Amino acid sequence: MTGHLASIGRVWLRNAWVYRDRWYYGLLPNFFEPVFYLLGMGVGLGFYVSTGGAFDGDYLGFIIPGLIAAAAMNGASFETTYNVFVKLHFGKIYDATIATPVGIEDVTLGEAAWAITRAVIYGGVFLLVTLAFGTAFDARLLGALVAIALVGFAFSALGLAFTSVVPTIDLFSYYFTLFLTPSFLFSDIFFPVAERFPPILATVAEFTPLYRSVQLMRGVMQNGGEGVLLDAGYLLAFGIAFLAFAVWRMRKRMIQ
Amino acid sequence: MGVSAMTTPTPEAISTPTVVRATNLSKRYGSFTAVDGVTFEVHQGEVLGLLGPNGAGKSTTMRMLYQVTPPSGGELELFGMRSGLDARRIKGRLGVVPQIDNLDEELSVRDNLRITARYHGLTPAESRRKAEALLAFAELEAKATVEVRALSGGMKRRLTLARGLVADPDLVILDEPTTGLDPQVRLTLWDKMDDLKRRGATLLMSTHYMDEAERLCDRLLIMDGGRIVAEGTPRGLIHASLPPFVVEGRLIGGDDTPFRALAVEDARDFVRSGDRVSVFVRDGADALARVLEGGADADRTFVRPSNLEDLFLRLTGHGLRE
Ligand SMILES: Nc1ncnc2c1ncn2[C@@H]1O[C@H](COP(=O)(O)OP(=O)(O)O)[C@@H](O)[C@H]1O
Ligand SMILES: [Mg+2]
Repeated sequence: MTGHLASIGRVWLRNAWVYRDRWYYGLLPNFFEPVFYLLGMGVGLGFYVSTGGAFDGDYLGFIIPGLIAAAAMNGASFETTYNVFVKLHFGKIYDATIATPVGIEDVTLGEAAWAITRAVIYGGVFLLVTLAFGTAFDARLLGALVAIALVGFAFSALGLAFTSVVPTIDLFSYYFTLFLTPSFLFSDIFFPVAERFPPILATVAEFTPLYRSVQLMRGVMQNGGEGVLLDAGYLLAFGIAFLAFAVWRMRKRMIQ
Repeated sequence: MGVSAMTTPTPEAISTPTVVRATNLSKRYGSFTAVDGVTFEVHQGEVLGLLGPNGAGKSTTMRMLYQVTPPSGGELELFGMRSGLDARRIKGRLGVVPQIDNLDEELSVRDNLRITARYHGLTPAESRRKAEALLAFAELEAKATVEVRALSGGMKRRLTLARGLVADPDLVILDEPTTGLDPQVRLTLWDKMDDLKRRGATLLMSTHYMDEAERLCDRLLIMDGGRIVAEGTPRGLIHASLPPFVVEGRLIGGDDTPFRALAVEDARDFVRSGDRVSVFVRDGADALARVLEGGADADRTFVRPSNLEDLFLRLTGHGLRE
């Protein structure tokens, strides 16, 4: 058990070393993405839509938690799709790793751990930027960081599960365009889905991981913790289920 | 650095001089049998070669040994431990140099060594020390901070070899360590492997180069079609199955009478394919003199010692590289 934990940690460490050597390349995009979203959607568009309803006169404030959740989702998703796929198929570095005492399970869990780290970095920077747009500097920031990690966990598990089954890198556009993009648009980040779409569609949306992530983030940042245990429990269970699937598939793929 | 575990054998190693014991080991992929019931042992301190053409089952056999391919049948034990059950501990005592370089292109040369050392459970300080020692061994000190993608093919191969030594392995598995390399790069790699041999390392290597097998291996398993077709020392194998010399000639006008005049002990000692004739004989000089006397063209006739390629052809009916 401790052997496995150590192995998982070393797979994480390998990624941290790579990141250590090139983190600054990602820093500016990471910083400006929230700035652009908050300016464009919040300050710009928000001026016209802040007239009432769910937004309560503060559209910018309404979208901030959801955008942070989406940032965490994106951080975890890129890491576990394109990056893991390249290591799996082109670099073949996992072949080298599993010829050491590190097993394929350790590799899979180590990648998940690293993707969570990336989600926390990415979402965390986003969170910090929102401080300049009205997010209060108080203890809720810590809760938000934990929530970001949970979102990262759920999406790293899902990303790994997807990567473990796709035969070619071209199929990731399905994942991004047909799943993550609609998730981004219909998860209550920008408007309450239930108020605009038939109940059946709203119900479908409510069961998607990003919707629950947005609810969790709002609960932690704005609603005094209301309903967060349910959302956190959902993301945890979702993550565990898909991670278990990913571990099983990766073993099938690598050990043959 | 390197193989200190060799010079100070553990108590376990003393009681089990047999490092690998494979009994009737096989691997099937669907209805295709890649490895077909091989039985062999690897003994401590020896260099055992798997010699065979592409598709013979060499890599699959090795992958079963280093625990990334589960056998379909038979028994396999390494260091006295059952394969599969103790995969983690078994892999901890192995060094693997795979057929295709799978270095980490996103890390520097030094970090490739360091992370592999960490995977083997070495502390950060030990890993750093190990990496420096192996950089020297692989003559890559000047490239320590360079990214792997900037290395030449030969350098990559040396780094892959060095990476296989980070854990002071009790057995190093090398899958076609010099395939596809330039002749002079092969020579440097052979030197490195000689180095390991002198330190008493136990090596299992595959190759389809008979010169490599003859030069480096103490003992050979000749594989073809997933089976072991012969086993022995390189010289012993040849001597057991073939006369020591071959008279070879190119015929003009298809007349092979001078060669036919040589008495052979076995019908298979006379081989003719197209306008080429090879005759296996006990006394090379005498045979050469006789075919020349008989009218063979002196410019197109010569004697050489029989080799593993001849043996392979004799055993399987086809060459090592086709
Ligand atoms: N994962 C696999 N699935 C199906 N067939 C395989 C697989 N791996 C190897 N083989 C087949 O098994 C045979 C032996 O392959 P291999 O062990 O790589 O031979 P060698 O290393 O001697 O060239 C080959 O015919 C190869 O195509
Ligand atoms: Mg091979």
